Amino acid sequence: MERVPIQLTVNGQSYQVEVEPRMLLVHCIRDVLNLTGTHIGCDTTSCGACTVLWNGRPVKSCTVFAVQADGGEILTVEGLERDGQLHPVQEGFWEEHGLQCGFCTPGMMMTAVALLQENADPSEEEIRKAISGNLCRCTGYVNIVKAIQYAARKMRETVPAAVGIAGGE
Amino acid sequence: MIPGPFSYRRATSIEEAIALLQQYGGDAKVLSGGQSLIPMMKFRLAEPAVIVDINRVPGLDTIEERNGLLSIGGLVRETTLERSPLIRQRYPIIADTAEVIADPLVRNLATVGGNLAHGDPANDHPATMLALRAEVVARGPSGERVISIDDFFVDTFTTALAPDEILTEIRVPAPPPRSGGAYMKFERKVGDYAVAAAAAFLALDEARKIVRAGIGLTNVSYKPLRAEAAENALLGQAPSDELFRAAAELAAQAADPTSDLRGPAEYKRAVARTMTFRALQKALSRAQAA
Repeated sequence: MERVPIQLTVNGQSYQVEVEPRMLLVHCIRDVLNLTGTHIGCDTTSCGACTVLWNGRPVKSCTVFAVQADGGEILTVEGLERDGQLHPVQEGFWEEHGLQCGFCTPGMMMTAVALLQENADPSEEEIRKAISGNLCRCTGYVNIVKAIQYAARKMRETVPAAVGIAGGE
Repeated sequence: MIPGPFSYRRATSIEEAIALLQQYGGDAKVLSGGQSLIPMMKFRLAEPAVIVDINRVPGLDTIEERNGLLSIGGLVRETTLERSPLIRQRYPIIADTAEVIADPLVRNLATVGGNLAHGDPANDHPATMLALRAEVVARGPSGERVISIDDFFVDTFTTALAPDEILTEIRVPAPPPRSGGAYMKFERKVGDYAVAAAAAFLALDEARKIVRAGIGLTNVSYKPLRAEAAENALLGQAPSDELFRAAAELAAQAADPTSDLRGPAEYKRAVARTMTFRALQKALSRAQAA
């Protein structure tokens, strides 16, 4: 069976792995690299639970082959915390109770991180548009929006370098 | 779900990609954004033996106007398209279309070329490109050929592209004076395919009569549909709601939807009528502002 050697930088750490071409990026992240923070929800490109940043852009990692990402930078939810300090987006979800069951949360947070990198002060409408590919069946989104607004405020008040993250563009 | 096994070939030039397609013929599939192909492979609706990844082929991701034409590279991502100042200012109908495709995460990877080359009548760009009378550029072993959008869509999931050809570029005529277009999509929820959608493009002469009309319909037939009778009814006329209602009725009559989970055929026909009417209204307001 064909196996392809690939190199991925995930959360700042370089990995050399061999994968079958048909292996999805999310399976590589979870089953090969053992980073299980990234969830598999629908597996049909609908729910966004598997969202990771690939070269800085949020994508559904169930709809990318791992071989496609060869040489690329991936950021998963495990890469958000720094030195025991939650990322402002994580802190926002904690403070504003932006979750109930928590299944969509890692993907939701990765989309939020990407949004706030591009737009430091998004309107509620911009937030709702940005997360429209991430489905939450519990919260009704109200507290998720509040959590992202909390993070935006926090990040604007903080020195940018302090919230810089690996795996971005 | 895990797709069937395949061999992976990454092309680094268009020549290499075409050579790979020549080598593997009908067993190969081009991987662009992958946002339709990979889901189809998971369901085993597509089981290509070879995947030719063109994502690292340079030169296919530019958006520019030259010689009276807008040129969109086949690998331009939907996100890039919807954010492009050139597209937003000069071709708002294309921005309308890009920003209602799937969801923002899918649009970060999905490409314009893929949206057309997939040949899915539920995809959104085909109707807009029909309304704009675009041309598709295909590269193959014997070079480049230009295909009229009217000849491009052959059947459901079937286009005029040969197995060893790649869609490299879409060409759209630059907008004439006093022209405008709009895309109106009705969907059950964010990210869904259209129940029905309509693209409309209008150009007015100095006397404010309609001199160019384009209407394309999404997901109401076995392939993307041009509403030709509706277009002809508009030509030479002064725009009015009454005229637009008559044209929308002709567009609805041209639609041939099938009943499914998105609704019965008659409902979809009614949605096509309403979307056509609204797209014409918005196209007119843009033409008047231009």
